[in-house]
Amino acid sequence: MLRFDDWTNPVPPADREVVALLPDDHDDQPPVLFVPGLGHGAWAFAEHWLGHTAGRGFPAHAVTPRAGGDLRAQVHDVVQVAASLPRQAVLVGHGVGALVVARALGRYPARAAVLVAPVLDGWAALAAALRANPFGTLPALFGGRLRLNQRQLGTGAAAYLERVDARPRAELLSRARLPKPVGAPPTLIVGSPDDRVVRRSALDRAAARYGGAPLLFPGMGHDLMLETNWTEPIDAILDWLGKEI
Amino acid sequence: MHDSPDPGDRRDAVCVVGAGASGLTAIKSLREQGFAVDCYERETGVGGAWNWRHDRSPVYASTHLISSRPLTEFPDFPMPDTWPDYPHHSQVLAYLERYAKHFDLGRHIWFGMEVVSAVPADDGRWDVTIQSTGGGSSRTQRYAAIVVANGHNWSPMKPEIPGDFRGEVMHAGAYKDPARLRGRKVLVIGGGNTGCDIAVEAAQQATEVWHSTRRGYWYAPKYLLGRPADQVNDRLLRWRLPLRLRQWLYRRVTPDLTRFGLPRPDHRPYESHPIVNSLLPYYLGHGRIRPRPDVARFDGSAVEFTDGSRAEPDLVITATGYRPRFDFLTPELLDTDEHGRPDLHLHAFARKHPTLAVIGLLQPDSGVLPLAHWQSVAVARWLRLRMTDPARAAAVQQKESTRPLTTWSRRRVVPSSRHWFEVDHVDYLRALESLLKQMES
Repeated sequence: MLRFDDWTNPVPPADREVVALLPDDHDDQPPVLFVPGLGHGAWAFAEHWLGHTAGRGFPAHAVTPRAGGDLRAQVHDVVQVAASLPRQAVLVGHGVGALVVARALGRYPARAAVLVAPVLDGWAALAAALRANPFGTLPALFGGRLRLNQRQLGTGAAAYLERVDARPRAELLSRARLPKPVGAPPTLIVGSPDDRVVRRSALDRAAARYGGAPLLFPGMGHDLMLETNWTEPIDAILDWLGKEI
Repeated sequence: MHDSPDPGDRRDAVCVVGAGASGLTAIKSLREQGFAVDCYERETGVGGAWNWRHDRSPVYASTHLISSRPLTEFPDFPMPDTWPDYPHHSQVLAYLERYAKHFDLGRHIWFGMEVVSAVPADDGRWDVTIQSTGGGSSRTQRYAAIVVANGHNWSPMKPEIPGDFRGEVMHAGAYKDPARLRGRKVLVIGGGNTGCDIAVEAAQQATEVWHSTRRGYWYAPKYLLGRPADQVNDRLLRWRLPLRLRQWLYRRVTPDLTRFGLPRPDHRPYESHPIVNSLLPYYLGHGRIRPRPDVARFDGSAVEFTDGSRAEPDLVITATGYRPRFDFLTPELLDTDEHGRPDLHLHAFARKHPTLAVIGLLQPDSGVLPLAHWQSVAVARWLRLRMTDPARAAAVQQKESTRPLTTWSRRRVVPSSRHWFEVDHVDYLRALESLLKQMES
């Protein structure tokens, strides 16, 4: 309740890219806000999921948080965009974006939340990355770029590897406790047992944290929204949303 | 409305009085705890005091926030970060309207309806009588609880000044437009934030300006070291600087106005409600505002002050504040004393009626909205706990009754009705936080 950080040193405003696709008739459904992970931008959702979500009647938005912002600034950006939407929003975060959403849930009473392949534990993600792609990962430990390969992100993401510019910050390894979501929104964890960035055990831990079991899509890589069979997870998410709200 | 067999009995529903900032956040918190809510609002829109269209709204054309944006916004619904540090009142209204729409609160509000009485019924329930604003037939409904958010800045407190005055006298609540001041000789009475704002506006518009204050105050600037002053103050609170040191610093950063003829403050810094105005010293320094002591009496076209000096204004604006009013409740329900001061636990919970609470009856050194939000969260959780676990609720109530007053209420303040509800936002939030923890564990 005492937010001295925000009271004494508020996050300064910055440009945020927001991509939106609105269905023709969207009075009854809450808006969905997608939050991309490390190295990704709103484009990763604009590719397939945004259009599909709008096609099913949900106003669909995706935000690219400010470039070079720390976690606090990214959480601020997500909460600012969520609060700017006309109705209480559903937050969907992917990868590190799911960590941003998990933190934003402590600030903004989302209608519901979906954490897709969530990187909630930086150390587990680092261990997984070192195992799957040691040469791409090591430079990142010394402040360089994190190179992700096709085995990590999935075959569908192959065409986008060049666009992924991941520069992880040391704070991802902090063990800071996740806030308790305000307004107790229903929360869903989605992932793949074959994801080489977020392993099955990390998915189970994330799901246990939010009280449930993860919804699993075998055979997919980390970038579920760019995989060839991208419709399966988003359809499952929207079906779940339809039931929960 | 029609889901209960007896239309007069709303069972577990909660009645909220008023759809201003405090009422809106009360609806939201009660909804989050699963309560059905009927909110009655006498006007036709939300925003309460911040809605300039409302006849009871005290805002004037140039009203800007006194506390900066991060200390004024609801903690779970930030204002746009591109807004200025001190937004205009029309922005605050737009913000409240968006808040109501965002959380779909309008469905629970009955506009144009006034609560005319609320009477306790059996087992903590309330018989609430509602009437269309301005008359018409009334109806009575029974609620599980009542949350009062009718505001405390709408009923003008008018000073009683002996003698007759030939010019125009107006309370600040009726002052809207600086055009009223143009080319006139103006006396502004009152050293609060409103009084200082209007004195400054008069300095910009009127031909002559007198500013009468009863005592000296500590006039803080809006910016200190390049940052909004309240943000700097919170940095000191974060470092837990002792009060004496903060008082010493406060004396250093506020201008010495005794040189312009203002009395020296008769109290230490932090012992009166903060007055934040950067322009008052500026216009005093230009000689546009002439400081005067308290008004002794009117004498025809003149005003005589307590020091014997006289002025002949055309227009007198009394910025002498507002009094809290709860016309629909009998005074003993809120333990109101003969001066009209209610005595509530944490300025929110009625001491003898566990299902009666007041939201937003605070004068903090920050914005009211964040405190009203957490008050609402606490009230909603308390009402829920009372239903689900009466034994625990009784234990919490027992423990709360021993909470010392000094932990949440400002200890040393100038004894005046202006400081009845004075709180330090950090101390107050700490107290609410511990109450919320008790209800959770």
